[in-house]
Amino acid sequence: MNCTDFLAQLTDYFDGQIDHELLAQVQAHVRECHHCEVVLDTTRQTISIYREHEIYEFPAELRERLHAAIMAKCRGCC
Amino acid sequence: MPAIQSPVTDEVHPDVALVERAKRGDTAAFEQLVRQYERQIFRVAQHITQNREDAEDITQDAFLKAYEKLDQFQGNSKFSTWLVRIAVNESLMRLRKRKTSKTVSMDQDVQTEDGSIPRDFAEWRPNPEQNYGQSELAEILRKAIQGLPPGFRTVFTLRDVENLSTEETAEALGLSVPAVKSRLLRARLQLRERLSRHFRQKNGGPKP
Repeated sequence: MNCTDFLAQLTDYFDGQIDHELLAQVQAHVRECHHCEVVLDTTRQTISIYREHEIYEFPAELRERLHAAIMAKCRGCC
Repeated sequence: MPAIQSPVTDEVHPDVALVERAKRGDTAAFEQLVRQYERQIFRVAQHITQNREDAEDITQDAFLKAYEKLDQFQGNSKFSTWLVRIAVNESLMRLRKRKTSKTVSMDQDVQTEDGSIPRDFAEWRPNPEQNYGQSELAEILRKAIQGLPPGFRTVFTLRDVENLSTEETAEALGLSVPAVKSRLLRARLQLRERLSRHFRQKNGGPKP
């Protein structure tokens, strides 16, 4: 497996949808290629950092205002 | 082995009963659905449009549209996926109106390969969470995702922020599974590259 092949498998790797043979090849490749090891690690961190951080605030005041507006529209439409 | 995929179950989703009640005119049941998903819909709209006022309007419009079209919801997909699809369509329409981007259609592939080939191979040390305060980190994450083409941003948001499965993301966006995977890979790699500029270990890589 070369670096291009590795990148092609990256999505399936993170999604846990990679078969055993390819998984072994990916693991063997990152053991010998430091660049791809870093790409794997920092892409994993990229995904988890977005998953774990609420980057847009949704304050209670906004939620209440939106909720009231939605329900007023829905009650008024039918 | 990190499996970043939603679990699949055969159990009947609790939303099904709420949707059935709402279809029969029970606004309290619909209000429960609004309560469950208003944050998610607002977040999706905000990620795609990158504009808070637009996200507020889209959240209201998406729920109103869902309420009006509730009879058309057949239950073949999850209610939340159906709702997200409405919100995505509203968001892309809003972007088109603003005309701030050339690529606002999900079926329009982004031709450029820029950012899809990794260039920064520095490790992230120390851990970004240790190196930045919450608000500073959030600002870096917002700026990085803002720079993605809307089509990539949308796939990344549904798949990695909202944790929809690849199949659900494809369904919500009207894309094929391979198209979602291709956009997701490029979105993740481009974001990784952008974040590396901030999080890279000093003196750790080939670039200054």
